Amino acid sequence: MLKDTTSKAVLFGGLALIALAFFAPNWIVNQFMFGFSRALAILGLLVLWRTGLVSFGHAFYFGLGAYTVAVLDIQLGVTDVFLRLIGGCVIAGFAGFLLGFILRNYRDIFFAMLNTAVSMVLYGIIVKTEALGSTDGFAISLPTIFGVAPETKYPLFVVITLIAMTSAILVNFYLKTTVGQLTTAIRDNEIRVEYLGFSVARAIHLKYTLSAVLAGGAGALMAMSLGQVDPDSMINWTVSGELVFVTILSGPGNVIAPFIGSLVFEVLRTYAFELAPQAWQLIVGATFLTIIFFLPGGIWSLIAKLGRKNS
Amino acid sequence: MNNMSPILEVRDLRKTFGAVVAANDINIDVSKGEIVGIIGANGAGKTCFVNMVTGYLAPTGGSIVFEGTELVGKGPREVTHCGISRSFQVSQVFHSMTVAENLRIALAIAQNRGMDALKVMASDALEAKCSDVLKRYKLESHKDMTVSVLSQGIRKLLDIAMAVVSEPRILLLDEPTSGISVEEKFDFMDVVMSALKEDNVTVLFVEHDMEIVERYVSRVLAFYQGEIIADMAPDKALADNKVQEFVIGKRH
Repeated sequence: MLKDTTSKAVLFGGLALIALAFFAPNWIVNQFMFGFSRALAILGLLVLWRTGLVSFGHAFYFGLGAYTVAVLDIQLGVTDVFLRLIGGCVIAGFAGFLLGFILRNYRDIFFAMLNTAVSMVLYGIIVKTEALGSTDGFAISLPTIFGVAPETKYPLFVVITLIAMTSAILVNFYLKTTVGQLTTAIRDNEIRVEYLGFSVARAIHLKYTLSAVLAGGAGALMAMSLGQVDPDSMINWTVSGELVFVTILSGPGNVIAPFIGSLVFEVLRTYAFELAPQAWQLIVGATFLTIIFFLPGGIWSLIAKLGRKNS
Repeated sequence: MNNMSPILEVRDLRKTFGAVVAANDINIDVSKGEIVGIIGANGAGKTCFVNMVTGYLAPTGGSIVFEGTELVGKGPREVTHCGISRSFQVSQVFHSMTVAENLRIALAIAQNRGMDALKVMASDALEAKCSDVLKRYKLESHKDMTVSVLSQGIRKLLDIAMAVVSEPRILLLDEPTSGISVEEKFDFMDVVMSALKEDNVTVLFVEHDMEIVERYVSRVLAFYQGEIIADMAPDKALADNKVQEFVIGKRH
């Protein structure tokens, strides 16, 4: 599994970051935590995108993951970071598996918008339900790691980075399997795939469930990094749009791309907000246009180009 | 060859689209190793027949039994798993991938059924098989070219090559030579038929070109308005009055 350069790069890059972050100021560690948490969801969208599917509603799974953490914390008093994460992944994954039976039959804009519809139903329910925090959401206690409550955010950063690395390596492996390689083929010609003997519906269902698990994990980690959940920053359609934005910014070329793209987005948003608090979306939007015009393959295509030049 | 028990038995196969009868109680037995040519004018029900055998269309009535298994009610995927494969009138390949990539994914799907689909696809065995297919179907010189830039003929070859990687016992070809130039058609069919012979596949192919039918098939089925009007050796079929009138279009 570790023979290829991508897995090696993930492993060494991740470990190097963990070491460097020890000396980094808190705000940088925070940016990395937010960036890497979100990147898990982008990793899931990458799996879908390669098959030609774009979901404009993955905030549904992101939000489910985040709210699972909130419920686990407030109702059941679960503080362990791994239990919370697993909870988020399982709930989101199960929801994705169930909805997959319907969504695997849709493509293109119908697939994209049905996902939005589902996410907005959850948004509506949470906003209207006092017991789920309504529009205010909840504050979440800092997670414990192996029973120890850390005093700084650094240990949580380490956990998030390790989970991000594991996910990247696993998805990288998945992309090399037969079903993982069934991407362009499904996009090009579903009838041929069926006549070769593979169920397109099942392939898409698997990819969809995988993306739901990853988005759920992302939401869970984000909730713990932020220390709070609320519907507008977790489930609203703008969050889904943000996820698609970062996916395009990153590019589908490699499993490392979502992590770089997500970090760039985090930095871009922070500085855009600092520079123009009233018009930061303008800067983000202009960047988006620039990427689409000049780097249709995302930031990764730039890295790949540099890599080719050097070799 | 014909006295062996049939591997494909079609009984009272019927398909109607409203008032149109596309298949009117068709009965056919096909024995192992036969090369059957299906001829008929446009709208005679040839492609409809192929679509029903391969699970693309559900018949209105009747049965299709392949090696003892009922195929009616099965979809394309299940039919493929039973050992039947097909090519298409308009080649159905992955047009934004290269020829080799097309074959690789086809081979991988054929070999990695079920949970094996979660195994890493790339392997030396897969590459060896891929280059073997490329060689047999004379596709080597095009292997790294994207399908969308290739000629019809090459696409059709690839289409057929992809259909046989699952090692079917019956292959149905829907107009293999349509869209191929007159000069190329025999070369094309020579490549296809010799490769298929090596694999000992039973072949049924729909064809409009009588020269091709005469040269390559051992038996002809002539369709007219959803019925079989002739089922005989090619030389006899092509001389048959009904075939002359309803298929070839000569009046007596």
